[in-house]
Amino acid sequence: MREINGADISAAVARMCMSANTKLPDDVRRKFEEGLAGETTDAGREIFRQLLENADLAFETKLPLCQDCGLAIFYVEMGEDVCVPGGINEAITEGMVTGYKDGFLRKSSCDPLTRKNTGDNTPAIIHIDFVPGDGLKISYMAKGGGSENMSRVTMLSPSQGWEGIKKFVVQRVVEAGPNPCPPIILGIGIGGTFETAPKNAKRALLRKLDDTHPDPKVAEMEAELLAAVNKLGIGPMGLGGSYTCLGVKIAVAPCHIASLPLAVNVQCHSARHEEVEF
Amino acid sequence: MATYTLNTPLTAADTDKLRAGDVVLLNGIIYSGRDAAHKKLMELLDKGESLPFDLTGASIYYVGPSPAPPGRPIGAAGPTTSYRMDAYAPRLIGLGLKATIGKGKRSDEVKKAMAEHKAVYFGATGGAGALLSKCITASKVIAFDELGPEAVREMTVKDFPLLVINDAHGGELYAKPNLDD
Ligand code: SF4
Repeated sequence: MREINGADISAAVARMCMSANTKLPDDVRRKFEEGLAGETTDAGREIFRQLLENADLAFETKLPLCQDCGLAIFYVEMGEDVCVPGGINEAITEGMVTGYKDGFLRKSSCDPLTRKNTGDNTPAIIHIDFVPGDGLKISYMAKGGGSENMSRVTMLSPSQGWEGIKKFVVQRVVEAGPNPCPPIILGIGIGGTFETAPKNAKRALLRKLDDTHPDPKVAEMEAELLAAVNKLGIGPMGLGGSYTCLGVKIAVAPCHIASLPLAVNVQCHSARHEEVEF
Repeated sequence: MATYTLNTPLTAADTDKLRAGDVVLLNGIIYSGRDAAHKKLMELLDKGESLPFDLTGASIYYVGPSPAPPGRPIGAAGPTTSYRMDAYAPRLIGLGLKATIGKGKRSDEVKKAMAEHKAVYFGATGGAGALLSKCITASKVIAFDELGPEAVREMTVKDFPLLVINDAHGGELYAKPNLDD
C-alpha cells in the first residue's frame, strides 16, 4: 500500500485551481492563434484577438480568464494500492476551497431551490475510477454554467444510429447559437447508460484539442462532426465565421441492446483544465 | 457600421441612432444584476417599493464578477448569458431601462419591448473577463449584498467595448445558422 498525504493533495489541488483559471492551456491558445489568422470574418478575428489579449492579461495579473470560475469538476484515477489517510474526497475538497478562496475565484455553487450560494464553491464534483497500481492522477476542470446549460443527454433509439447522433449534435449547436461562448468544444458520450454517457462526454473534454482518437473510426466520426458543425457559420461569439467549434472529442462505450444513449457536453472556448500526478 | 462613444444614462436619442453591428464605447455608471438580483427587483416592484437605482436611462450589465483582489476595483467581469433574464427584462424596459449588456440570444418579448421603448441590447465578449475588467474603474455593492457574486453593483466604466446585438428597430447582429445541405 502506498500512502499519499492528504495535505499534499490539497496543496496541489489548490495550486491547480488557481493556475487553470489564469493560464489558458497551450493547445487552446494555439487554436486561437489559428483562428486569428484563418477566420473568414472581421468580427470573428476581432474576437480571437480579444481572447488572446485576455489570456495574456489573465496570466500577467492573475485575474481569472473568465469570471465564471465554474463548478470544480475532478476526474480521478486512483491506484488500487493507494491509500489517502483522511480520505481522497476530503483532500480534494479542501484544496478546491483553498484555491478558490486564495485565488479570488468566483464561488458559483448554490442551493437549487433557494438559490443561496454555498459560499465556498462546495461541493467539488468528484468522479473516481479505481485503476491497477499505486499511482494517483487528478484532473481538474473549471466548468462554467453558460456552456453547461447548453449541454444535453438523450436516449436515442438504436435505429437512429450515427445519422441520428449527427442530427442531434448539429441541432444542439444550432439551438445553443451564441449562448455558450463559441468557439466551442464538444465532448460527446455515445453509448453507456443514462448516467455514464454524460460523465464520459465531459471526461472527453480533458483530451488535448490537437490529439487524434486512437480508434481511426472514431477519429473519422470526430472529423465529420467538426466539419458539420463548422459549416453552420455561427462563428466566434455567434458573430458569423468558420470557427464555431475548435474540436470534437468522442467517447464510445457499450450500451444496452435496447438503447443508444447520447450526451453532448458543450464546452466554451475558456477550456480551463489541468492535471496533477502523484 | 459606426462607432459611438456614449455616456450613461442613455437617452432615447442615443439608442435610436444605434444599429445592430455598431460598436459602442460606454462611459459612466452601469449596474450589475443577474438571476437572483432580478428576482429580488421584481419582488420590490410587486410590493410597490422603490428599486436600489433609478431605471430611467439605466444600463444593466448581466454579470457576476469574481472577487476583487487587493488593489483592484473588481475581479474578472465578463457577461453572463442573457436569456435567463428574458423573463424580467420587458418589465424593466417598460419602466425606463435603456440598455442591457450580456451575451447570447434574447426572446421575442424582449425584442418587442426594446422596439417599443427604444432600448438596445449590447453584447460584450463572453469569456474575456480579465480584459473587460480593465474598463471598470470603480465598483460598489448597492443592494442584496447577501447574494455574493449576484449582488447589485454600481460600476463606473470607461470606454467599455460593446457591440449592438439588437437595436431598437428590429435589427439583429447574430449570424443565422446555415442549415442548407
Ligand atoms: S460560457 Fe465559458 S467563457 Fe462564457 S461566460 Fe461561461 S464560463 Fe465564461
